Amino acid sequence: MVFLTRRAVFSASHYYWNEAWSAEKNHQVFGKCANRNGHGHNYTLEVTVAGETDPVTGFVVDLKWIRDLMEREVLAAFDHRHLNLEVEEFKAGKLIPTTENIAVVAWNRLGPAIAKAGGARLSKVRVYETPEIFAEYRGEA
Amino acid sequence: MKAYFGRRYMLSASHRLHADRFTPEQNRQAYGKCNNPHGHGHNYVVEVLVSGPVDPEKGMVIDLADLDGIFAAQVMERFDHRSLNLDPAFAGQVPTTENLCQVVFGLLEDCLPAGRLESVRIEETENNFFESYRQ
Repeated sequence: MVFLTRRAVFSASHYYWNEAWSAEKNHQVFGKCANRNGHGHNYTLEVTVAGETDPVTGFVVDLKWIRDLMEREVLAAFDHRHLNLEVEEFKAGKLIPTTENIAVVAWNRLGPAIAKAGGARLSKVRVYETPEIFAEYRGEA
Repeated sequence: MKAYFGRRYMLSASHRLHADRFTPEQNRQAYGKCNNPHGHGHNYVVEVLVSGPVDPEKGMVIDLADLDGIFAAQVMERFDHRSLNLDPAFAGQVPTTENLCQVVFGLLEDCLPAGRLESVRIEETENNFFESYRQ
């Protein structure tokens, strides 16, 4: 079993807001992350797949294929966008675009195509919000 | 739904690798320049990984501000800009980064208000790092 990771960067804006809470509680819990005009980050997305090395190609998966999949399913939707306003999963009343939830949503967007292709399986998605803060999802319930 | 939240911190400290039960020659042989009598320092990068369910209301495994506060109180205030050899945690063991990993793990694991401490990784320099996982 070999693990292969592809990294990509995207830049996006967001804010944290729970629609079920008062403005006061949102500001109290989320601090400056609740400023309603949002703020942005340079995110790094790391996608790890696991599988056996193909004896003919020597690949777990074709890196180009993974790159194109990440571009199509995640970067095209997230890069240079406002996550709360432009990404369906994070619209008002749905998921808050925390780093944890971004990792989960990226997993959900990438998983079906990787499963359909067969061979390697999606092992983990890690999202860095800054070089010091990251979240990871491994598909666990 | 279980996810993982990671956070990196930097602390600066000095240490000297020296085992009391070794002769001076054995210490020199085991630890080389890390045994120089007056110690030396590093900018340690400590990476903390916490797992747990993503709180549906907050969208978080653990609140970053809470983790920062605990790390500051338990680790930074104790070790940052200090000599590790003089801390009671290293009274009976050499302050290698392996041991520092385990000490930091122990100082944090029971203090988290949410989630579970999965691992502590410490980068002593850009080229070497050590990891301690929950057993």
